[in-house]
Amino acid sequence: MLMTKRLTKAFGGLAAVSNLDLELRHGELVGLIGPNGAGKTTVFNLLTGIYLPTEGEIILEGESIVGKKPYQITARGMARTFQNIRLFDSLSVLDNVKIASHWHSSYSLPSTLLRLRSYYQGEKQMTEKAIELLEMFNLDDKKDEQASSLPYGEQRRLEIVRALAAKPKILLLDEPAAGMNPLETKDLMALIEKIRELFDLTILLIEHDMSLVMGICERIYVLDYGKVIAHGTPEEIKNNKRVIEAYLGEGA
Amino acid sequence: MKRENLLIGILLIVFYAAVFFATETGLIPPYYQVNLYLMGINIIAAVSLNLIVGFTGQLALGHAGFMAVGAYISVILTMKLGQPFLLAVLAGAAAAFLVGILIGLPTLRLKGDYLAIATLGFGEIIRRLLDNIDYVGGAAGINGIPKLTNWTWLYIFTLLTIFIIKNFVNSTHGRACISVRDNEIAAETMGINTTYYKVLAFSIGAFFVGIAGALYAHYFFLIQPATFSFMKSFDALVMVVFGGLGSITGSVIAAVAVTFMNAALINFGTLRMVIYALLLVIIMVFRPQGLMGTKELTFKRLFGGKERGGSANVNDKTSD
Repeated sequence: MLMTKRLTKAFGGLAAVSNLDLELRHGELVGLIGPNGAGKTTVFNLLTGIYLPTEGEIILEGESIVGKKPYQITARGMARTFQNIRLFDSLSVLDNVKIASHWHSSYSLPSTLLRLRSYYQGEKQMTEKAIELLEMFNLDDKKDEQASSLPYGEQRRLEIVRALAAKPKILLLDEPAAGMNPLETKDLMALIEKIRELFDLTILLIEHDMSLVMGICERIYVLDYGKVIAHGTPEEIKNNKRVIEAYLGEGA
Repeated sequence: MKRENLLIGILLIVFYAAVFFATETGLIPPYYQVNLYLMGINIIAAVSLNLIVGFTGQLALGHAGFMAVGAYISVILTMKLGQPFLLAVLAGAAAAFLVGILIGLPTLRLKGDYLAIATLGFGEIIRRLLDNIDYVGGAAGINGIPKLTNWTWLYIFTLLTIFIIKNFVNSTHGRACISVRDNEIAAETMGINTTYYKVLAFSIGAFFVGIAGALYAHYFFLIQPATFSFMKSFDALVMVVFGGLGSITGSVIAAVAVTFMNAALINFGTLRMVIYALLLVIIMVFRPQGLMGTKELTFKRLFGGKERGGSANVNDKTSD
Protein backbone atom coordinates (compact mmCIF):
# COMPACT_ATOMS: atom_id res chain seq x y z
CA MET A 1 0.00 0.00 0.00
CA LEU A 2 2.69 2.45 1.06
CA MET A 3 6.33 1.85 0.30
CA THR A 4 9.51 3.86 0.53
CA LYS A 5 12.65 2.98 -1.37
CA ARG A 6 16.04 4.20 -0.18
CA LEU A 7 14.35 7.30 1.21
CA THR A 8 16.92 9.89 2.30
CA LYS A 9 16.66 13.36 3.75
CA ALA A 10 19.77 15.37 4.47
CA PHE A 11 19.86 18.72 6.24
CA GLY A 12 23.19 20.13 5.15
CA GLY A 13 25.68 17.41 5.93
CA LEU A 14 23.45 15.61 8.39
CA ALA A 15 21.36 12.75 7.10
CA ALA A 16 18.25 12.82 9.29
CA VAL A 17 16.90 9.83 7.42
CA SER A 18 19.03 7.65 5.21
CA ASN A 19 18.17 4.78 2.88
CA LEU A 20 14.90 4.03 4.57
CA ASP A 21 12.95 1.08 3.19
CA LEU A 22 9.54 0.97 4.75
CA GLU A 23 6.51 -1.01 3.78
CA LEU A 24 2.92 -0.78 4.95
CA ARG A 25 0.44 -3.42 3.85
CA HIS A 26 -3.28 -2.86 3.78
CA GLY A 27 -4.88 -2.97 7.21
CA GLU A 28 -1.66 -3.22 9.15
CA LEU A 29 -0.78 -1.41 12.33
CA VAL A 30 2.92 -0.66 12.26
CA GLY A 31 5.04 1.08 14.86
CA LEU A 32 8.00 3.34 14.26
CA ILE A 33 10.19 3.67 17.33
CA GLY A 34 13.63 4.91 18.19
CA PRO A 35 15.51 7.17 20.60
CA ASN A 36 15.05 10.94 20.56
CA GLY A 37 16.40 12.53 17.41
CA ALA A 38 16.37 9.28 15.47
CA GLY A 39 14.46 10.86 12.59
CA LYS A 40 10.97 9.48 13.19
CA THR A 41 9.08 12.73 12.74
CA THR A 42 11.23 13.52 9.71
CA VAL A 43 9.92 10.31 8.17
CA PHE A 44 6.36 11.54 8.74
CA ASN A 45 7.18 14.92 7.23
CA LEU A 46 8.61 13.18 4.18
CA LEU A 47 5.62 10.90 3.77
CA THR A 48 3.12 13.76 4.02
CA GLY A 49 5.03 16.02 1.64
CA ILE A 50 6.10 18.68 4.13
CA TYR A 51 9.74 17.87 3.32
CA LEU A 52 11.05 17.01 -0.10
CA PRO A 53 13.29 13.94 0.05
CA THR A 54 16.94 14.37 -0.95
CA GLU A 55 16.82 10.96 -2.58
CA GLY A 56 14.58 7.94 -2.87
CA GLU A 57 10.99 7.14 -3.66
CA ILE A 58 7.69 7.13 -1.82
CA ILE A 59 5.07 4.97 -3.48
CA LEU A 60 1.43 5.17 -2.45
CA GLU A 61 -0.83 2.58 -4.05
CA GLY A 62 1.54 2.06 -6.94
CA GLU A 63 2.16 5.74 -7.66
CA SER A 64 5.05 7.93 -6.67
CA ILE A 65 4.05 10.87 -4.46
CA VAL A 66 7.45 12.52 -4.27
CA GLY A 67 7.16 16.22 -5.06
CA LYS A 68 3.43 16.31 -4.43
CA LYS A 69 2.12 19.03 -2.13
CA PRO A 70 0.80 17.97 1.29
CA TYR A 71 -2.81 18.76 0.33
CA GLN A 72 -2.48 16.58 -2.79
CA ILE A 73 -1.14 13.72 -0.70
CA THR A 74 -4.06 14.14 1.73
CA ALA A 75 -6.42 13.80 -1.22
CA ARG A 76 -4.72 10.51 -2.08
CA GLY A 77 -5.65 9.11 1.28
CA MET A 78 -3.05 10.02 3.88
CA ALA A 79 -3.77 11.96 7.06
CA ARG A 80 -1.72 12.59 10.15
CA THR A 81 -1.56 14.03 13.63
CA PHE A 82 1.30 16.04 15.07
CA GLN A 83 3.68 15.45 17.93
CA ASN A 84 3.25 19.04 19.09
CA ILE A 85 -0.49 19.48 18.69
CA ARG A 86 -1.43 21.66 15.73
CA LEU A 87 -5.10 22.47 15.95
CA PHE A 88 -6.78 25.52 14.47
CA ASP A 89 -6.84 27.27 17.81
CA SER A 90 -9.23 30.12 17.13
CA LEU A 91 -11.87 27.88 15.56
CA SER A 92 -14.47 25.79 17.31
CA VAL A 93 -14.04 22.05 17.81
CA LEU A 94 -16.69 21.46 15.14
CA ASP A 95 -15.05 23.77 12.59
CA ASN A 96 -11.70 22.05 13.14
CA VAL A 97 -13.25 18.79 12.02
CA LYS A 98 -15.17 20.41 9.18
CA ILE A 99 -12.00 21.85 7.66
CA ALA A 100 -10.60 18.38 7.15
CA SER A 101 -13.64 17.48 5.06
CA HIS A 102 -13.12 20.51 2.83
CA TRP A 103 -11.15 18.68 0.16
CA HIS A 104 -13.83 16.04 -0.46
CA SER A 105 -17.06 17.81 0.47
CA SER A 106 -16.55 21.42 -0.58
CA TYR A 107 -19.20 23.34 -2.48
CA SER A 108 -18.66 26.01 -5.08
CA LEU A 109 -17.59 29.59 -4.46
CA PRO A 110 -20.58 31.21 -6.24
CA SER A 111 -23.03 29.23 -4.15
CA THR A 112 -21.11 30.38 -1.07
CA LEU A 113 -21.26 34.06 -1.97
CA LEU A 114 -24.88 34.02 -3.08
CA ARG A 115 -26.05 31.53 -0.46
CA LEU A 116 -27.56 29.13 -2.97
CA ARG A 117 -29.17 25.88 -1.96
CA SER A 118 -25.99 23.86 -2.46
CA TYR A 119 -24.33 26.00 0.21
CA TYR A 120 -26.90 25.05 2.82
CA GLN A 121 -26.86 21.40 1.75
CA GLY A 122 -23.07 21.28 1.79
CA GLU A 123 -22.84 22.91 5.21
CA LYS A 124 -25.50 20.61 6.62
CA GLN A 125 -23.75 17.53 5.32
CA MET A 126 -20.36 18.64 6.62
CA THR A 127 -21.80 19.44 10.03
CA GLU A 128 -23.64 16.12 10.31
CA LYS A 129 -20.58 14.10 9.33
CA ALA A 130 -18.42 16.06 11.74
CA ILE A 131 -20.83 15.60 14.63
CA GLU A 132 -21.07 11.91 13.87
CA LEU A 133 -17.30 11.63 14.21
CA LEU A 134 -17.22 13.77 17.35
CA GLU A 135 -19.86 11.55 18.93
CA MET A 136 -17.71 8.49 18.42
CA PHE A 137 -14.94 10.15 20.39
CA ASN A 138 -17.20 11.69 23.03
CA LEU A 139 -16.36 15.19 21.97
CA ASP A 140 -19.76 16.17 20.60
CA ASP A 141 -20.83 18.01 23.73
CA LYS A 142 -17.83 20.30 23.29
CA LYS A 143 -18.40 21.03 19.63
CA ASP A 144 -18.90 24.77 20.10
CA GLU A 145 -15.93 25.30 22.35
CA GLN A 146 -12.79 26.90 21.04
CA ALA A 147 -10.23 24.21 20.20
CA SER A 148 -7.49 25.83 22.26
CA SER A 149 -9.66 25.76 25.38
CA LEU A 150 -9.87 21.95 25.48
CA PRO A 151 -7.78 20.04 27.99
CA TYR A 152 -4.64 18.44 26.61
CA GLY A 153 -5.95 14.89 26.27
CA GLU A 154 -9.03 16.05 24.43
CA GLN A 155 -6.93 18.16 22.08
CA ARG A 156 -5.01 15.01 21.19
CA ARG A 157 -8.27 13.17 20.57
CA LEU A 158 -9.60 16.05 18.49
CA GLU A 159 -6.52 15.85 16.30
CA ILE A 160 -7.30 12.21 15.59
CA VAL A 161 -10.93 13.04 14.82
CA ARG A 162 -9.80 15.79 12.47
CA ALA A 163 -7.42 13.44 10.68
CA LEU A 164 -10.23 10.90 10.28
CA ALA A 165 -12.52 13.54 8.79
CA ALA A 166 -10.05 13.81 5.92
CA LYS A 167 -11.12 10.26 4.95
CA PRO A 168 -7.68 8.68 5.00
CA LYS A 169 -6.73 5.18 3.98
CA ILE A 170 -3.48 5.53 5.84
CA LEU A 171 -3.33 7.28 9.19
CA LEU A 172 -0.04 8.51 10.61
CA LEU A 173 -0.05 9.09 14.36
CA ASP A 174 2.88 11.03 15.80
CA GLU A 175 3.20 10.16 19.49
CA PRO A 176 -0.50 9.99 20.25
CA ALA A 177 0.13 8.98 23.87
CA ALA A 178 2.61 11.76 24.65
CA GLY A 179 1.75 13.32 27.98
CA MET A 180 -0.89 10.75 28.88
CA ASN A 181 -0.98 8.72 32.06
CA PRO A 182 -1.05 4.87 31.90
CA LEU A 183 -4.83 4.75 32.17
CA GLU A 184 -5.34 7.23 29.35
CA THR A 185 -2.80 5.36 27.28
CA LYS A 186 -4.80 2.19 27.76
CA ASP A 187 -7.97 3.92 26.58
CA LEU A 188 -6.06 5.25 23.62
CA MET A 189 -4.90 1.76 22.65
CA ALA A 190 -8.46 0.55 22.59
CA LEU A 191 -9.44 3.58 20.57
CA ILE A 192 -6.77 3.03 17.94
CA GLU A 193 -7.78 -0.59 17.54
CA LYS A 194 -11.39 0.46 17.24
CA ILE A 195 -10.87 3.08 14.56
CA ARG A 196 -8.66 0.75 12.56
CA GLU A 197 -11.50 -1.71 12.19
CA LEU A 198 -14.26 0.84 11.87
CA PHE A 199 -12.57 2.91 9.18
CA ASP A 200 -10.65 0.11 7.47
CA LEU A 201 -7.40 1.92 8.11
CA THR A 202 -3.73 1.22 7.76
CA ILE A 203 -1.91 2.88 10.62
CA LEU A 204 1.70 3.92 11.11
CA LEU A 205 2.45 5.12 14.59
CA ILE A 206 5.37 6.81 16.28
CA GLU A 207 5.47 6.20 19.98
CA HIS A 208 7.75 6.27 22.99
CA ASP A 209 5.37 4.42 25.24
CA MET A 210 6.59 0.85 24.86
CA SER A 211 3.53 -0.72 26.46
CA LEU A 212 1.42 0.87 23.74
CA VAL A 213 3.71 -0.05 20.87
CA MET A 214 4.31 -3.60 22.00
CA GLY A 215 0.65 -4.01 22.88
CA ILE A 216 -0.98 -3.16 19.58
CA CYS A 217 1.56 -3.03 16.75
CA GLU A 218 1.90 -6.02 14.47
CA ARG A 219 5.26 -4.98 13.13
CA ILE A 220 7.81 -2.50 14.35
CA TYR A 221 10.59 -0.56 12.70
CA VAL A 222 13.35 0.72 14.94
CA LEU A 223 15.15 3.83 13.79
CA ASP A 224 18.45 5.15 15.10
CA TYR A 225 20.45 7.99 13.59
CA GLY A 226 18.17 7.94 10.57
CA LYS A 227 18.71 4.27 9.77
CA VAL A 228 16.56 1.23 10.36
CA ILE A 229 18.47 -0.88 12.86
CA ALA A 230 15.80 -3.51 13.37
CA HIS A 231 12.46 -4.54 12.07
CA GLY A 232 10.09 -7.32 13.02
CA THR A 233 7.32 -8.40 15.37
CA PRO A 234 7.17 -6.98 18.90
CA GLU A 235 8.66 -10.25 20.26
CA GLU A 236 11.62 -10.07 17.92
CA ILE A 237 12.23 -6.40 18.69
CA LYS A 238 12.15 -6.94 22.43
CA ASN A 239 15.03 -9.38 22.22
CA ASN A 240 17.03 -7.60 19.56
CA LYS A 241 20.49 -6.76 20.82
CA ARG A 242 20.98 -3.69 18.65
CA VAL A 243 17.72 -2.20 19.82
CA ILE A 244 18.65 -2.65 23.45
CA GLU A 245 22.01 -1.05 22.77
CA ALA A 246 20.44 1.89 20.99
CA TYR A 247 18.08 2.54 23.86
CA LEU A 248 20.26 1.76 26.83
CA GLY A 249 23.76 2.20 25.48
CA GLU A 250 26.41 -0.43 24.88
CA GLY A 251 27.22 -2.90 27.60
CA ALA A 252 23.75 -2.74 29.05
CA MET B 1 -33.74 33.98 12.61
CA LYS B 2 -36.11 34.79 9.78
CA ARG B 3 -37.76 37.58 11.74
CA GLU B 4 -34.41 38.96 12.66
CA ASN B 5 -33.38 39.16 9.01
CA LEU B 6 -36.61 40.91 8.14
CA LEU B 7 -36.03 43.45 10.88
CA ILE B 8 -32.48 44.03 9.69
CA GLY B 9 -33.74 44.52 6.15
CA ILE B 10 -36.28 47.07 7.30
CA LEU B 11 -33.69 48.91 9.40
CA LEU B 12 -31.30 49.04 6.45
CA ILE B 13 -33.97 50.49 4.18
CA VAL B 14 -35.11 53.00 6.79
CA PHE B 15 -31.55 54.14 7.32
CA TYR B 16 -31.02 54.45 3.58
CA ALA B 17 -34.19 56.48 3.15
CA ALA B 18 -33.46 58.71 6.14
CA VAL B 19 -30.01 59.65 4.89
CA PHE B 20 -31.30 60.06 1.36
CA PHE B 21 -33.95 62.45 2.59
CA ALA B 22 -31.51 64.32 4.81
CA THR B 23 -28.99 64.90 2.02
CA GLU B 24 -31.62 65.89 -0.53
CA THR B 25 -33.21 68.46 1.74
CA GLY B 26 -29.88 69.77 2.98
CA LEU B 27 -30.41 68.56 6.56
CA ILE B 28 -26.87 67.21 6.33
CA PRO B 29 -24.68 70.08 5.10
CA PRO B 30 -22.23 69.31 2.26
CA TYR B 31 -19.22 69.28 4.57
CA TYR B 32 -20.67 66.42 6.58
CA GLN B 33 -21.71 64.67 3.42
CA VAL B 34 -18.05 64.35 2.44
CA ASN B 35 -17.48 62.42 5.64
CA LEU B 36 -20.44 60.23 4.93
CA TYR B 37 -18.88 59.21 1.62
CA LEU B 38 -15.48 58.76 3.22
CA MET B 39 -17.07 56.48 5.80
CA GLY B 40 -18.54 54.27 3.09
CA ILE B 41 -15.28 54.11 1.17
CA ASN B 42 -13.29 53.44 4.34
CA ILE B 43 -15.68 50.69 5.38
CA ILE B 44 -15.13 48.94 2.05
CA ALA B 45 -11.36 49.36 2.30
CA ALA B 46 -11.19 48.14 5.90
CA VAL B 47 -13.51 45.15 5.50
CA SER B 48 -11.71 43.99 2.35
CA LEU B 49 -8.30 44.37 4.00
CA ASN B 50 -9.57 42.47 7.03
CA LEU B 51 -10.23 39.47 4.80
CA ILE B 52 -6.54 39.43 3.88
CA VAL B 53 -4.88 40.48 7.13
CA GLY B 54 -7.45 39.48 9.74
CA PHE B 55 -8.98 36.28 8.43
CA THR B 56 -6.24 34.84 6.25
CA GLY B 57 -3.42 36.23 8.38
CA GLN B 58 -1.37 37.65 5.53
CA LEU B 59 0.11 41.03 6.44
CA ALA B 60 -0.23 42.81 3.10
CA LEU B 61 0.37 46.54 2.72
CA GLY B 62 -0.39 47.17 -0.93
CA HIS B 63 -4.07 47.98 -0.54
CA ALA B 64 -3.76 51.55 -1.86
CA GLY B 65 -2.26 50.18 -5.07
CA PHE B 66 -5.39 48.15 -5.80
CA MET B 67 -7.53 51.14 -4.91
CA ALA B 68 -5.59 53.11 -7.53
CA VAL B 69 -6.17 50.42 -10.15
CA GLY B 70 -9.92 50.49 -9.49
CA ALA B 71 -9.99 54.29 -9.55
CA TYR B 72 -8.00 54.74 -12.75
CA ILE B 73 -9.62 51.97 -14.76
CA SER B 74 -13.12 53.16 -13.85
CA VAL B 75 -12.28 56.78 -14.69
CA ILE B 76 -10.82 55.77 -18.06
CA LEU B 77 -14.06 53.93 -18.79
CA THR B 78 -16.41 56.74 -17.81
CA MET B 79 -14.39 59.71 -19.06
CA LYS B 80 -12.47 58.43 -22.07
CA LEU B 81 -14.66 55.63 -23.29
CA GLY B 82 -18.05 56.95 -22.28
CA GLN B 83 -19.21 53.81 -20.53
CA PRO B 84 -21.93 53.73 -17.84
CA PHE B 85 -20.89 54.12 -14.21
CA LEU B 86 -21.89 50.66 -13.00
CA LEU B 87 -19.88 48.98 -15.74
CA ALA B 88 -16.91 51.23 -14.97
CA VAL B 89 -16.96 50.38 -11.26
CA LEU B 90 -17.16 46.65 -11.93
CA ALA B 91 -14.41 46.83 -14.55
CA GLY B 92 -12.20 48.75 -12.13
CA ALA B 93 -12.82 46.09 -9.49
CA ALA B 94 -12.17 43.26 -11.96
CA ALA B 95 -8.89 44.89 -12.99
CA ALA B 96 -7.86 45.17 -9.35
CA PHE B 97 -8.78 41.49 -8.90
CA LEU B 98 -6.50 40.47 -11.79
CA VAL B 99 -3.64 42.63 -10.55
CA GLY B 100 -4.25 41.03 -7.15
CA ILE B 101 -3.69 37.57 -8.61
CA LEU B 102 -0.58 38.72 -10.47
CA ILE B 103 0.96 40.28 -7.38
CA GLY B 104 -0.36 37.67 -4.97
CA LEU B 105 1.10 34.65 -6.73
CA PRO B 106 4.76 35.61 -6.26
CA THR B 107 4.50 37.59 -2.99
CA LEU B 108 2.27 35.28 -0.94
CA ARG B 109 5.08 32.74 -0.83
CA LEU B 110 6.59 35.12 1.69
CA LYS B 111 5.52 35.37 5.29
CA GLY B 112 5.13 38.09 7.89
CA ASP B 113 7.44 41.09 7.56
CA TYR B 114 8.79 39.90 4.21
CA LEU B 115 5.31 39.80 2.73
CA ALA B 116 4.56 43.24 4.19
CA ILE B 117 7.60 44.76 2.53
CA ALA B 118 7.05 43.02 -0.82
CA THR B 119 3.41 44.12 -1.03
CA LEU B 120 4.34 47.62 0.09
CA GLY B 121 6.83 47.68 -2.78
CA PHE B 122 4.25 46.48 -5.28
CA GLY B 123 1.82 49.17 -4.14
CA GLU B 124 4.47 51.80 -4.79
CA ILE B 125 5.30 50.30 -8.19
CA ILE B 126 1.69 50.73 -9.27
CA ARG B 127 1.86 54.36 -8.20
CA ARG B 128 5.15 54.98 -10.02
CA LEU B 129 3.78 53.38 -13.16
CA LEU B 130 0.80 55.74 -13.08
CA ASP B 131 3.18 58.66 -12.57
CA ASN B 132 4.71 57.85 -15.93
CA ILE B 133 1.69 57.11 -18.06
CA ASP B 134 0.73 60.27 -19.95
CA TYR B 135 -2.60 58.80 -21.00
CA VAL B 136 -3.81 59.15 -17.41
CA GLY B 137 -2.13 62.52 -16.84
CA GLY B 138 1.10 61.35 -15.22
CA ALA B 139 1.81 62.83 -11.81
CA ALA B 140 -0.80 65.55 -12.34
CA GLY B 141 -3.49 62.89 -12.48
CA ILE B 142 -6.94 63.27 -13.93
CA ASN B 143 -9.31 66.02 -12.95
CA GLY B 144 -12.80 66.97 -13.93
CA ILE B 145 -14.11 63.49 -13.13
CA PRO B 146 -17.91 63.52 -13.25
CA LYS B 147 -19.54 63.17 -9.84
CA LEU B 148 -21.34 59.92 -10.44
CA THR B 149 -21.01 58.41 -6.97
CA ASN B 150 -24.21 59.20 -5.13
CA TRP B 151 -25.60 58.02 -1.85
CA THR B 152 -27.47 55.14 -3.47
CA TRP B 153 -24.41 53.67 -5.19
CA LEU B 154 -22.30 54.17 -2.11
CA TYR B 155 -24.85 52.42 0.07
CA ILE B 156 -25.36 49.55 -2.33
CA PHE B 157 -21.65 48.86 -2.78
CA THR B 158 -20.87 49.17 0.92
CA LEU B 159 -23.61 46.69 1.80
CA LEU B 160 -22.60 44.41 -1.04
CA THR B 161 -18.99 44.32 0.18
CA ILE B 162 -20.02 43.46 3.71
CA PHE B 163 -22.57 40.90 2.54
CA ILE B 164 -20.22 39.08 0.14
CA ILE B 165 -17.23 39.04 2.48
CA LYS B 166 -19.41 37.92 5.38
CA ASN B 167 -20.80 35.10 3.25
CA PHE B 168 -17.31 34.12 2.17
CA VAL B 169 -15.93 34.05 5.70
CA ASN B 170 -18.82 31.97 7.05
CA SER B 171 -18.29 29.08 4.67
CA THR B 172 -15.92 26.21 4.10
CA HIS B 173 -13.83 28.53 1.93
CA GLY B 174 -13.63 31.11 4.67
CA ARG B 175 -12.74 28.45 7.23
CA ALA B 176 -9.98 27.32 4.89
CA CYS B 177 -8.58 30.87 5.00
CA ILE B 178 -8.80 30.98 8.79
CA SER B 179 -7.08 27.60 9.04
CA VAL B 180 -4.20 29.04 7.02
CA ARG B 181 -3.95 31.86 9.55
CA ASP B 182 -4.14 29.54 12.56
CA ASN B 183 -1.69 26.90 11.41
CA GLU B 184 -0.49 26.77 7.86
CA ILE B 185 1.24 23.37 8.08
CA ALA B 186 -1.79 21.73 9.64
CA ALA B 187 -4.06 23.34 7.04
CA GLU B 188 -1.92 22.00 4.23
CA THR B 189 -1.85 18.48 5.67
CA MET B 190 -5.62 18.55 6.18
CA GLY B 191 -6.08 18.97 2.45
CA ILE B 192 -6.25 22.76 2.11
CA ASN B 193 -4.50 24.22 -0.93
CA THR B 194 -3.01 27.06 1.07
CA THR B 195 -1.53 28.94 -1.89
CA TYR B 196 -4.92 28.98 -3.63
CA TYR B 197 -6.70 30.34 -0.58
CA LYS B 198 -4.09 32.96 0.17
CA VAL B 199 -4.23 34.26 -3.40
CA LEU B 200 -8.03 34.02 -3.44
CA ALA B 201 -8.45 36.07 -0.26
CA PHE B 202 -5.86 38.54 -1.51
CA SER B 203 -7.54 39.09 -4.86
CA ILE B 204 -11.08 39.23 -3.42
CA GLY B 205 -9.78 41.92 -1.08
CA ALA B 206 -8.26 43.70 -4.10
CA PHE B 207 -11.57 43.44 -5.98
CA PHE B 208 -13.52 45.26 -3.28
CA VAL B 209 -10.96 47.94 -2.59
CA GLY B 210 -11.00 48.47 -6.37
CA ILE B 211 -14.68 49.32 -5.97
CA ALA B 212 -13.73 51.73 -3.18
CA GLY B 213 -11.24 53.38 -5.54
CA ALA B 214 -13.84 53.79 -8.27
CA LEU B 215 -16.34 55.32 -5.83
CA TYR B 216 -13.65 57.61 -4.48
CA ALA B 217 -12.61 58.84 -7.93
CA HIS B 218 -16.17 59.62 -8.96
CA TYR B 219 -16.86 61.64 -5.85
CA PHE B 220 -13.73 63.70 -5.33
CA PHE B 221 -13.36 65.11 -8.86
CA LEU B 222 -9.60 64.57 -8.98
CA ILE B 223 -7.28 61.56 -8.71
CA GLN B 224 -3.51 61.61 -8.69
CA PRO B 225 -1.01 58.83 -8.10
CA ALA B 226 -0.10 60.65 -4.87
CA THR B 227 -3.67 60.11 -3.62
CA PHE B 228 -2.91 56.39 -3.37
CA SER B 229 0.33 56.51 -1.41
CA PHE B 230 1.12 53.83 1.13
CA MET B 231 -0.39 56.09 3.79
CA LYS B 232 -3.78 55.00 2.44
CA SER B 233 -2.81 51.37 2.98
CA PHE B 234 -1.77 52.19 6.53
CA ASP B 235 -5.03 54.03 7.18
CA ALA B 236 -6.92 50.89 6.22
CA LEU B 237 -4.61 48.74 8.34
CA VAL B 238 -5.15 51.03 11.34
CA MET B 239 -8.90 50.55 10.98
CA VAL B 240 -8.56 46.77 10.70
CA VAL B 241 -6.33 46.47 13.77
CA PHE B 242 -8.38 48.97 15.71
CA GLY B 243 -11.62 47.14 14.91
CA GLY B 244 -10.18 43.70 15.56
CA LEU B 245 -8.34 41.31 13.26
CA GLY B 246 -10.98 38.89 12.06
CA SER B 247 -14.10 40.89 12.88
CA ILE B 248 -16.12 42.35 10.02
CA THR B 249 -18.33 44.41 12.28
CA GLY B 250 -15.21 45.59 14.09
CA SER B 251 -13.81 46.91 10.81
CA VAL B 252 -17.07 48.69 10.05
CA ILE B 253 -17.20 50.36 13.44
CA ALA B 254 -13.52 51.27 13.27
CA ALA B 255 -13.87 52.76 9.78
CA VAL B 256 -16.75 54.92 10.97
CA ALA B 257 -14.96 55.90 14.17
CA VAL B 258 -11.66 56.76 12.49
CA THR B 259 -13.39 58.83 9.80
CA PHE B 260 -15.40 60.57 12.47
CA MET B 261 -12.29 61.20 14.56
CA ASN B 262 -10.47 62.71 11.60
CA ALA B 263 -13.37 65.00 10.85
CA ALA B 264 -13.89 66.05 14.46
CA LEU B 265 -10.23 66.86 14.95
CA ILE B 266 -9.94 69.03 11.88
CA ASN B 267 -10.21 72.22 13.95
CA PHE B 268 -7.11 71.38 15.91
CA GLY B 269 -4.84 72.18 12.97
CA THR B 270 -1.40 70.63 13.20
CA LEU B 271 -2.20 69.14 16.58
CA ARG B 272 -4.71 66.90 14.83
CA MET B 273 -2.28 64.14 13.92
CA VAL B 274 -0.78 64.17 17.42
CA ILE B 275 -4.19 63.75 19.04
CA TYR B 276 -5.18 61.12 16.50
CA ALA B 277 -2.01 59.14 17.14
CA LEU B 278 -2.41 59.47 20.89
CA LEU B 279 -5.98 58.21 20.73
CA LEU B 280 -4.84 55.18 18.75
CA VAL B 281 -2.05 54.46 21.21
CA ILE B 282 -4.46 54.69 24.13
CA ILE B 283 -6.95 52.39 22.43
CA MET B 284 -4.24 49.85 21.65
CA VAL B 285 -2.92 49.93 25.20
CA PHE B 286 -6.33 49.24 26.68
CA ARG B 287 -7.69 46.95 23.97
CA PRO B 288 -4.77 45.33 22.17
CA GLN B 289 -7.10 42.83 20.49
CA GLY B 290 -9.02 45.72 18.91
CA LEU B 291 -12.56 46.83 19.63
CA MET B 292 -14.18 43.51 18.79
CA GLY B 293 -11.33 41.01 18.87
CA THR B 294 -12.41 38.22 16.56
CA LYS B 295 -16.04 38.50 17.69
CA GLU B 296 -18.88 39.97 15.69
CA LEU B 297 -21.45 42.45 16.83
CA THR B 298 -24.68 40.51 16.74
CA PHE B 299 -28.27 41.59 16.75
CA LYS B 300 -28.67 40.74 20.40
CA ARG B 301 -25.62 42.69 21.44
CA LEU B 302 -26.81 45.62 19.39
CA PHE B 303 -29.97 45.81 21.41
CA GLY B 304 -28.11 45.30 24.66
CA GLY B 305 -25.78 48.21 24.04
CA LYS B 306 -26.21 51.47 22.20
CA GLU B 307 -24.77 51.81 18.73
CA ARG B 308 -25.48 54.94 16.79
CA GLY B 309 -25.64 55.41 13.06
CA GLY B 310 -26.45 53.23 10.12
CA SER B 311 -23.17 51.44 10.05
CA ALA B 312 -24.25 49.67 13.18
CA ASN B 313 -27.37 48.50 11.41
CA VAL B 314 -25.18 47.19 8.65
CA ASN B 315 -23.40 45.16 11.28
CA ASP B 316 -26.49 43.13 11.95
CA LYS B 317 -25.86 41.38 8.69
CA THR B 318 -23.47 39.18 10.57
CA SER B 319 -25.95 38.07 13.13
CA ASP B 320 -27.73 35.30 11.29
